[in-house]
Amino acid sequence: MRHIISVLVENEFGVLSRISGLFSGRGFNIESLCVAETLDPTVSTMTIVTTGDDAIIEQILKQLNKLINVIKVIDFRDTDYVSREMVLVKVNADEKTREEILRMVEIFRGKIIDVSQKTYTIMITGDEEKLRAFLALIRPLGIKDLVRTGPVAMARGDKTIKMKDKQPKGGNGDG
Amino acid sequence: MKKTGAQIFVESLVAEGIDTIFCYPGGATLNITDALGECDIRQIVVRHEQGAVHASDGYARASGKVGVSLVTSGPGATNTVTGIATAYMDSIPLVIFSCQVNTALIGNDAFQEADIVGITRPCTKHNYLVKDVKDITRIIKEAFHIARSGRPGPVLVDIPKDVSASLGEFKYPDRVHIRSYQPTYIGHTGQVQKAMKAIASAKRPVLYTGGGIILSDASHELTKFAEALSIPVTNTLMGLGGFPGNHHLFLGMLGMHGTYAANMAITESDLIIAMGARFDDRATGKTDEFAPHAKVIHIDIDPTSISKNIKVDIPIVGDTKNVLHKMLEISAEDKESFKDFQASIDEWLKKIAKWKKDFPLTYQRNGGLKPQYVIEKIYELTKGKAIIATEVGQNQMWTAQFYKFLRPRTMLTSGGLGTMGYGFPAAIGAQVAFPKSLVIDIAGDGSIQMNIQELATAVQHNLPVKVVILNNGYLGMVRQWQELFYKKRYTWTCLPSPDFVKVAEAYGAAGYRIDKEEEVDKVLKEAFRNNQPAFIDVHVDPLECVYPMVPAGASLKEMLLV
Ligand SMILES: Cc1ncc(C[n+]2csc(CCOP(=O)(O)OP(=O)(O)O)c2C)c(N)n1
Ligand SMILES: [Mg+2]
Repeated sequence: MRHIISVLVENEFGVLSRISGLFSGRGFNIESLCVAETLDPTVSTMTIVTTGDDAIIEQILKQLNKLINVIKVIDFRDTDYVSREMVLVKVNADEKTREEILRMVEIFRGKIIDVSQKTYTIMITGDEEKLRAFLALIRPLGIKDLVRTGPVAMARGDKTIKMKDKQPKGGNGDG
Repeated sequence: MKKTGAQIFVESLVAEGIDTIFCYPGGATLNITDALGECDIRQIVVRHEQGAVHASDGYARASGKVGVSLVTSGPGATNTVTGIATAYMDSIPLVIFSCQVNTALIGNDAFQEADIVGITRPCTKHNYLVKDVKDITRIIKEAFHIARSGRPGPVLVDIPKDVSASLGEFKYPDRVHIRSYQPTYIGHTGQVQKAMKAIASAKRPVLYTGGGIILSDASHELTKFAEALSIPVTNTLMGLGGFPGNHHLFLGMLGMHGTYAANMAITESDLIIAMGARFDDRATGKTDEFAPHAKVIHIDIDPTSISKNIKVDIPIVGDTKNVLHKMLEISAEDKESFKDFQASIDEWLKKIAKWKKDFPLTYQRNGGLKPQYVIEKIYELTKGKAIIATEVGQNQMWTAQFYKFLRPRTMLTSGGLGTMGYGFPAAIGAQVAFPKSLVIDIAGDGSIQMNIQELATAVQHNLPVKVVILNNGYLGMVRQWQELFYKKRYTWTCLPSPDFVKVAEAYGAAGYRIDKEEEVDKVLKEAFRNNQPAFIDVHVDPLECVYPMVPAGASLKEMLLV
């Protein structure tokens, strides 16, 4: 099972290494990892895509919470959320295919951000499904290069991340 | 008034109430070493940095205080890693100060530079690089707070040489505020009630308790609780001393070298009440067959321990002492739920009594001096009042089996990491904390040589630690596995040792040798009375094995008996 987790951390040196070390040391997967500062410059968000069954995800969440520099861990399993990712893709583009590529980029609301004699570089954002569909369509034309950011995610609606201190939890179980 | 970073460091330790550190100097420590020269903090200079950390660990385990060590950069720092990992696995509160090359040189492969913060990240609870003199006081305050609170553990603080030389103000913070760190002490009341309901309706309950009982100072509460309801108790290796080893409700240790009664009780139990224990594979055996008929209640301060190895039915995150208080209250108030309890577990207690009687820990007395006999004698002579450290191997398991630990903080052993060479420096640390107590390291001929150099430290500081070397001429525990599982091919494990009596004497300590059963009583008495550090080289039956034994990966009921 694939899961998106957001981790709010102190924006300090070494924190990324603590998180990635935790994943590698305990044999957890990282499919993608995306880090940047938040509204509060002392805090960064890490959006991690990982895989595992419920017990593994439970361990990952708890182990993340246990790190001293982790302020909050958000598991998007129980929340309605939106997520977006960006892809840059360089495709073969000759006289025969240019038109078709342009049309597809338009349909998927992407952008051509660089052009050469033989290639287009396309930027496209979307959720996982949209990106998968687009790449499937474009693949037969010949993808020369591809870079993805990995997704970032946010809860839907009015819900925001509360930046209050980590609370001692009245452990009704797993804390 | 402006002070140097080194002076600020020393005053911070004083403000933190630290009276003893274990240390070793080098170029990068010099500012701090010099500043420490003028203060009242006791400084035990060891002979190897691993020894410093183990000594501070023994000091911490025996006293309940945070252990402190200080070492130089590069090799000094890397030498601490085994000590730190040992403390991390056993949740021991330590603060390790490593000194570092100048800030400007960090990352340049400077002389004696090592990225010790990077190296120790996975084996510390947390660690810090101090980049500015103005951060020293805050970081030291936080380091001690993190080390001793929640699930305790080692914290490393790396201090570059220019930081200890720079000038700043000394103002020690009186509070710590770490927004991202708030351990849970109070167990959830609803969960505790649920647990008590499960206990009230259990017919075959067992308390399975670990080092968490000792760390949270809950052994009094545990004993009261077990007695209030007559629930039998088994301990993990780390839990020994948390419940009196001579108590009629005590089953002994469980697990790979656990007692028959403890392992059978777990296997047939219908309710395991785990407290401050983490279901380590040496304790559980094959997890699929661990306590197959039981519901599991698990009380632990660390949420990651819960449902990690064994699925838990009633989890309670909290401090074991706090939760035990609540449980005691409920059991006293809710007379109705518990009125038939004693009658309904009566059959269970009888069954356990029979296991204990039919399959006690035992050993054959034929053929030479038996190591188990030596440990029984040590117990008899000390009446269980000594502080016992162990090395790792057969010596450790026999100690766990045959010495009855009566009080918490009297058993110092590397349970999680299994570090040979831990026991002797740990015993030195415990002796520093309790100069008047009898402190004994029960060692193996292999293990003692891993930190034997610390005998110089013991002699220098008049620390009369007694090292009883169960000398079997083998790396015995590994040899035992070769005997049982590798057709007696003793590859690598038969190692000659020096004459330990002469070694002791060369260091200026006392040396004794025992070859026969008849000598044990007399020589041990003499060595224990002597106020010098001493090696007692006991030549035991070389081929003795530790039994019972659950082979690795087997279930607890598959015990090889003697
Ligand atoms: C630092 C370290 N290296 C290796 C081991 C593996 N090991 C476990 S027990 C053991 C043998 C210990 O021999 P000895 O100290 O003589 O104790 P005995 O088992 O003979 O009582 C070894 C090598 C270990 N636990 N620690
Ligand atoms: Mg040996």
